[in-house]
Amino acid sequence: MGTVYGTLLNFRGELAAWTPKMHAAPYKAAPQAPVLYIKTANTWSADGASIPVPAGAPQVEIGATIAMVMKGPGAVGGYRLMNDLSLPHTSLFRPPVKFKCLDGFLGIGDTLLAAGPDVDASKFVLEVRINGELKQTVLFSGLLRDAKQLLADVSGFMTLGEGDALMLGCDILAQGGRPLAKVGDVIELSAPGFGKLTNTLVAEPV
Amino acid sequence: MKRARIHYQGAIHEAVERDGQLLLADGRLLALDAVRWLPPLAPTPRPRTILALGLNYADHAKELEFKAPVEPLVFLKSESALTGHRQFTTRPPGVDFMHYECELTVIVGKTAKKVKRADAFDFVGGYTVANDYAIRDYLENWYRPNLRVKNRDAATPLGPWYVDAADVPDPMALALQTTVNGKVTQSGNTKDMIFDVSFLIEFFSSFMTLQPGDLILTGTPDGVVDCRPGDVVVTEIESLGALMNTIN
Repeated sequence: MGTVYGTLLNFRGELAAWTPKMHAAPYKAAPQAPVLYIKTANTWSADGASIPVPAGAPQVEIGATIAMVMKGPGAVGGYRLMNDLSLPHTSLFRPPVKFKCLDGFLGIGDTLLAAGPDVDASKFVLEVRINGELKQTVLFSGLLRDAKQLLADVSGFMTLGEGDALMLGCDILAQGGRPLAKVGDVIELSAPGFGKLTNTLVAEPV
Repeated sequence: MKRARIHYQGAIHEAVERDGQLLLADGRLLALDAVRWLPPLAPTPRPRTILALGLNYADHAKELEFKAPVEPLVFLKSESALTGHRQFTTRPPGVDFMHYECELTVIVGKTAKKVKRADAFDFVGGYTVANDYAIRDYLENWYRPNLRVKNRDAATPLGPWYVDAADVPDPMALALQTTVNGKVTQSGNTKDMIFDVSFLIEFFSSFMTLQPGDLILTGTPDGVVDCRPGDVVVTEIESLGALMNTIN
């Protein structure tokens, strides 16, 4: 796989939750271009892998999403489940490297759902379970920029090449925030056509 | 040793500097301007991690009206942002402020996880020069500096050389300067970094494992100016070389 990019604030619910703060410091305005970040290769975890959580991090945020995987510039090859984990952080002002780029902090699904005329990313529905209990249902009809628009806007300033992946965004819960998990929890993402992506949080060896 | 990676006559070659020329493995000697220069990096099995520092020189932090950060301000780039020596970087139409940033770049030499500061230099493979262009018009205060400013295609020239760490006895005392069309516009010294190389290696490796070929761009000092199409920008660091780029 190539570079994996994440997209912030691309669900209307997440955007609405942030809107009251957008015009205050340090943000001072709503974002215009897509807000992106990179999940470096050290974060990649396969389906079934245990993901280490550092001591001193009581909880981890689950960013449940689906990524476009490119077959070439401008061309989507398919879609893949991704579990974009973060240490909780309240400011979106600076790039979130130390919250998002910990070793293992990106679960990546095995199944590549091939793109095609009958695949509409806005119809994807993703369920998040922790220890078997349903915690979140993500409806990709709620995207601010749909997959096509997001790709077009990102491609306006950088090229996504073969194998690169662009996550569509992570929604928040109805009550706000993302689902939280802790050491010992089994996180399962599932969506029709994608199968499951399961990872277990474990304490980082000292 | 100074090593380059070049494209010549349809193939990619490793080369070393020899008496002001490029020596290929097959013995051919080529002029420095006879080849297309690539970033001086071997391919990596997975995408390399490219960390870049903002506001890491006190004078630059002051110039940009920020107080010096209490911990490294770091952002990430992807490989698509890199380009080689003597290449071209595009100034987008309609922008008012595009500036270079001359930066000492650390090339990780071996896998680094939870490295102590005292051991940090054992994990450095070598050094090179980066010109970390920014398009300030596109700055937004969400994950700032945002990728539209800092991760544009071929807008981070890197090179010319991979200089082995053994040939750089004190990376924290290197003069650096930038010229635009031959006129010096930026000068500084790596001794003025806020967070030095050993600190950065300890800091990053405390939460993320670095792999051989990963990069740390260590920030730029005072003296950034707008660059226009046709400008020739040379970012140079003592002992490492002069990295040339032309704006188009």
